[in-house]
Amino acid sequence: MKKTGSQIIIECLKKEGVEVIFNYPGGAVLPLFDELAHAPFQKILVRHEQAAVHAADGYARTSGKVGVVLVTSGPGATNTVTGVATAYMDSVPIVVLTGQIPTYLIGNDAFQEADIVGITRPCTKHNYLVKDIKELSRIIKEAFYIARSGRPGPVLVDLPKDILVESTEFKYPEKVTIRGYRPVYEGHPGQIQRAVALILKSKKPVFYVGGGVISSNASKELFQLVEMLGIPVTMTLMGLGAFPGNHPLSLGMLGMHGTYRANMAVMESDLLIALGARFDDRVTGKVESFAPQAKVIHIDIDPTSISKNVKVDLPIVGDCKRILGKIIALLEKEDTHSYKEGLQKWRRQIENWKAIYDLSYRQEGMIKPQFVIEKIYELTQGEAILSTEVGQNQMWTAQYFPFMKPRTLLTSGGLGTMGYGFPAAIGAQIAFPNRLVINISGDGSFQMNSQELATAVQYRLPVKVAILNNGCLGMVRQWQEFFYEKRYVCSSLEGISPDFVKLAEAYGAVGLRATQPEEVVPILKKAFSIREPVVIDFVIDPCENVYPMVPAGEPLNQMRLV
Amino acid sequence: MRHVITLLVENEFGVLARIAGLFSGRGFNIESLSVAETLDPTISTMTIVTRGDDAIIEQVIKQLNKLIPVIKVVDLIDKEFVEREMVLVKVSTTAQTRDEVLRITEIFKGKILDVGNKTYTIEVTGDEKKINALLALLKPLGIKELVRTGRVAMARGSRSSTEL
Repeated sequence: MKKTGSQIIIECLKKEGVEVIFNYPGGAVLPLFDELAHAPFQKILVRHEQAAVHAADGYARTSGKVGVVLVTSGPGATNTVTGVATAYMDSVPIVVLTGQIPTYLIGNDAFQEADIVGITRPCTKHNYLVKDIKELSRIIKEAFYIARSGRPGPVLVDLPKDILVESTEFKYPEKVTIRGYRPVYEGHPGQIQRAVALILKSKKPVFYVGGGVISSNASKELFQLVEMLGIPVTMTLMGLGAFPGNHPLSLGMLGMHGTYRANMAVMESDLLIALGARFDDRVTGKVESFAPQAKVIHIDIDPTSISKNVKVDLPIVGDCKRILGKIIALLEKEDTHSYKEGLQKWRRQIENWKAIYDLSYRQEGMIKPQFVIEKIYELTQGEAILSTEVGQNQMWTAQYFPFMKPRTLLTSGGLGTMGYGFPAAIGAQIAFPNRLVINISGDGSFQMNSQELATAVQYRLPVKVAILNNGCLGMVRQWQEFFYEKRYVCSSLEGISPDFVKLAEAYGAVGLRATQPEEVVPILKKAFSIREPVVIDFVIDPCENVYPMVPAGEPLNQMRLV
Repeated sequence: MRHVITLLVENEFGVLARIAGLFSGRGFNIESLSVAETLDPTISTMTIVTRGDDAIIEQVIKQLNKLIPVIKVVDLIDKEFVEREMVLVKVSTTAQTRDEVLRITEIFKGKILDVGNKTYTIEVTGDEKKINALLALLKPLGIKELVRTGRVAMARGSRSSTEL
């Protein structure tokens, strides 16, 4: 049967199991919106296209499904770029459908024309401009396949308006064959064997766990392996939740704002087992002096991540889950008990580092941001989904909320996108309508996408926004204090931000405020009991900094502790 | 170190932009790039000459492989291969230098494509060394214009470059 381009897209999305479309309509995609009227998808109208992508990203990170975005041409498409780049850096599977002016006008500088395929080429896993309706269903199928397979990532499909209204015979391709794209999953058996031998020889090993463990759903295998071997685990920002944060072998996060024991353990280790991590500069500090005595095993699905920043001794390309499974199977034939016993001295050493310096703050005077995070953890028993913005709020969340399960932290780790967290929380709430979703925000970041309050109210999404309001762009101010002799240029928001309580109320949400430490718990309890969007303005100590801190470009053991 | 990389890519619009963008975005250098369709009209072959230490070249090759429309990447550096480039040179001549230009062209097995009152346009094919030697000789005589095709390369022996 013949179908129009718009009908074909809807059939394709149904075949892919799409449930939700985060969207913003406009001229070039109206034929497709018209067809959406009868389609069985939840349609979430955001208030800015950037937020549509972040919401789809939050939906994808929490649910593991592909997030779908539909926007119009020109500004609709260009507004998605930050969201797309955010998802690309953090390997999040999303498919972005953009309207485009008709094929016969492309290149004419027509109204609302933008070369979005050209613009997003370096920040998508792949992208397409559909030039022939006969290719449409194959392209949509490939887009979903590429987004979710291998190292996941965003794929953009640009849809000229004439393609949406033309008709052709619809046939959904059975399978995808792309001769230039064959992700490797299994891992080289010889390398896996060598990895096991290296592990059993090590005396001071550390697991260095990144977001790849979460995207490959390998937490169970990681837990089993850690229990088997007694090797301590440190996680990157993206890896938090891959291993229970309150487990005795969890060292917490490493890197610029990592724990003292995590950074010391990495620097002193003789074997670093990197799992789905990419040796980002915020993790390694000065790369030449990173883990100087360690042999490095690196398991990653993306060959380009291996030996990009740090020379790897034993690379294994493949899926973390499958490779960890194979390592466990091999270790079951070995005497892991005495190996585990043999690591006692190493674990004691790490305990000593913890005794020397651990994350701490003192709740005196004004509300401390760390106190708010700790109370949120206590009240939720770690069961909530948290999203963060970028900067101090993000680091305090990473430090003071021990994430227990994968896919419970949404944060822009790679691109560092302020304004990510609130729309991402909206996406997460749509994926899990009955879970508690909390956006830890700052007074700066919240204003980057606060218009999405309208979306949250419209769809009655009970997202909670906890603004850690310190009257400034906190991390910028911290850097200015440390490295620019306290010249606070353009980083103060004191007295010039809106009244966040009134702002929430203006949108029809609930606004609450806490100015005293003793108000924190009752206000959180109240907020959690309301089945509506709530914004809580926590007026916090403006002078609080994030510690420890390894100044950019310094070795990991050069930490500022106070 | 100089590397000659041969690629098979999907013959579709935008592939050249993806590859050029990869090099510029990641700060890799391209000394020369040439591209044309193969016998299979759905596939193009590219020859890229680039420079970098081992770590950079390893990244170049991995990053190229990561692009979806790239089907195959082969670094010819550790293989026996032949390499050619063609140049067109418009050389200024005077009564005194016309014979010399002809002689040089002959020595380099080149062809005169066009003759003007004050210029010769020469075509010469060869590897990088030969072309550079030619240009070094012609430069003092006065090169008015120079166009190079960029290098193409192929493995020696009975197997094709991309079978290696």
